[in-house]
Amino acid sequence: MKRLAGYYCFAIATLMLPLLFPDSYYVTVVGVTVCTNIVLAVSLNLLMGYAGQISLGHAAFFGLGAYSSAVLTIKYGMNPWLAMTAGVIAVTVLSYVLSRPILRLKGHYLAMATLGLGIIVHIFFVQADQFTGGPDGISGLPVLSILGYPIDSDLKWYWTFAIFMLASVLFSLNIAHSRSGRALAAVHGSEIAAQMLGVDTAKVKSHVFVFSAVLACITGSLFAHQQDFVSPESFSFFFSIELVTMVVLGGLGSTFGAVIGAILLSLLPEVLLVFEDFEVMIFGAILMVIMIFLPQGLFVAMEETFFRLLKRKSQGSADVTS
Amino acid sequence: MSLLEARNLEKQFGGLKAISGLSFSVPENIIFSVIGPNGAGKTTLFNMLTSIYKPTSGSIFYKGNNITGMPPHKVAGLGITRTFQNLQVFLNMTALENVKVGCHMHSNSGLISAALRLPSVMKEEHRVRKMAMEVLEFCGLGDIADMPASALPYGILKKLEIARALAAQPDLLLMDEPAAGLNDTETMELCDLIVQICQSGITIILVEHNMSLVMEISHHVLVLNYGKLLAQGSPYEIQHNSKVISAYLGGE
Ligand SMILES: Nc1ncnc2c1ncn2[C@@H]1O[C@H](COP(=O)(O)OP(=O)(O)OP(=O)(O)O)[C@@H](O)[C@H]1O
Ligand SMILES: [Mg+2]
Repeated sequence: MKRLAGYYCFAIATLMLPLLFPDSYYVTVVGVTVCTNIVLAVSLNLLMGYAGQISLGHAAFFGLGAYSSAVLTIKYGMNPWLAMTAGVIAVTVLSYVLSRPILRLKGHYLAMATLGLGIIVHIFFVQADQFTGGPDGISGLPVLSILGYPIDSDLKWYWTFAIFMLASVLFSLNIAHSRSGRALAAVHGSEIAAQMLGVDTAKVKSHVFVFSAVLACITGSLFAHQQDFVSPESFSFFFSIELVTMVVLGGLGSTFGAVIGAILLSLLPEVLLVFEDFEVMIFGAILMVIMIFLPQGLFVAMEETFFRLLKRKSQGSADVTS
Repeated sequence: MSLLEARNLEKQFGGLKAISGLSFSVPENIIFSVIGPNGAGKTTLFNMLTSIYKPTSGSIFYKGNNITGMPPHKVAGLGITRTFQNLQVFLNMTALENVKVGCHMHSNSGLISAALRLPSVMKEEHRVRKMAMEVLEFCGLGDIADMPASALPYGILKKLEIARALAAQPDLLLMDEPAAGLNDTETMELCDLIVQICQSGITIILVEHNMSLVMEISHHVLVLNYGKLLAQGSPYEIQHNSKVISAYLGGE
């Protein structure tokens, strides 16, 4: 199918990597981080890119998933899958309840409200130390196993994350070409016009908020098991901003834009290892440069240039024949 | 029986009464025009009829039901839709996608089934595509279906907004200055299109400054002046109404 041609190439590349380089640090360690960030960026893009609703608190749902798994398995000895399910239910309820009042806000106000949400959740992780272990975090999660097969090596974790990530990307691509995806884009384009065509904009926004929160939550659970350790640091305001940067860097509204943004920003720290102390500064600089010179995002700009060249070429050849 | 009835509508913005004491009723299957000088309150009236604004007082009945204060998407669900004076085309989509959003109420898949692309979703996509293409072709826009809306000229966008509204299969279509900014050829095409839409069984409320267009196609004309009803009747009666003539000439 033409619609998914790019996706299939990407999926094959993702799945080939561990076969070609099973021992590479970039596959088994960085690869998992890249996949984590891709799911988070893609889920945030559903909300920000498709529906045009900014969120500066996406890391909160990622963190809630991670802490649900960690706390429930370590402190209460719950089965990992049950703990994950409990996290998903909690996040579904929480995000649904919050979505109506929060998404009634627009622009700066929405940014502030989601920022507040992220900060409150982060403070909760730090302060509720009898559950969360406070600033030091907690470690020692049980091994997660799928149908009796324990995920107990770096390579197995890569496979787990790769498959989960590929599924999420496919979901996102599927949504774009559907009634729901168009309703989201309509909310982005003109909320009034959307309503005049019968779109319940409040409901549409609320559903996508919950969907993207739940994706982040599941990612968090997997992340907690894979790291075998959670601490508040991983779910701070800065991480939310980093996720926004990924989405904007690749190009708002484009699933592959979010994928590329996530890949680039996840690899950047590896490349910039020498500049460790300046990492945040370099992130900021990248964001500024992109906003000034390529406001539509890196991937979308590349895509447009590519199609423009393609068109010029085909026009050129048409001129020759005529 | 009248399709839509407004009773004693009033809309106040601070100290300004944009609409006051306005009552009228729109019979089924006609072209009902609302005219009046700039600032007369025509768009404000549309915003109340579609529930974007809540009237300060008064009520609106549609097919005998009171729809005053109902959420806009529910009003649309009852079969009322509109186009806008300042274009509200979804510029982030193609022409076809715009019209597909118009089919929203005639399809029903949700977010999860879309994510999983269940067979029912694929079937629905197929059906929606067909519906949307038919509407685009009806409006003479078949060949620009896959163009991004942001790349289309103004005249086409105005038509596209009509196509999108038609895809919602309304019983009542409100058009706010559809001819504004169009050249003569485009206006003639628009004129034919509006007549055709009415003939297909859709009632139209038309706000328009182009008087020859209004007088040519309307069955009934209502004149607003400073938010109040000045006169109403057949195009002939309005053209020969001394109050209307002096309001327009005085306003010039
Ligand atoms: N949201 C609003 N807040 C305050 N005043 C408003 C608002 N909307 C409209 N008005 C005022 O109400 C009056 C009627 O405006 P409206 O847009 O309905 O006129 P109109 O008949 O559509 O004019 P035009 O022919 O220029 O489109 C104007 O004086 C306008 O300034
Ligand atoms: Mg107006």
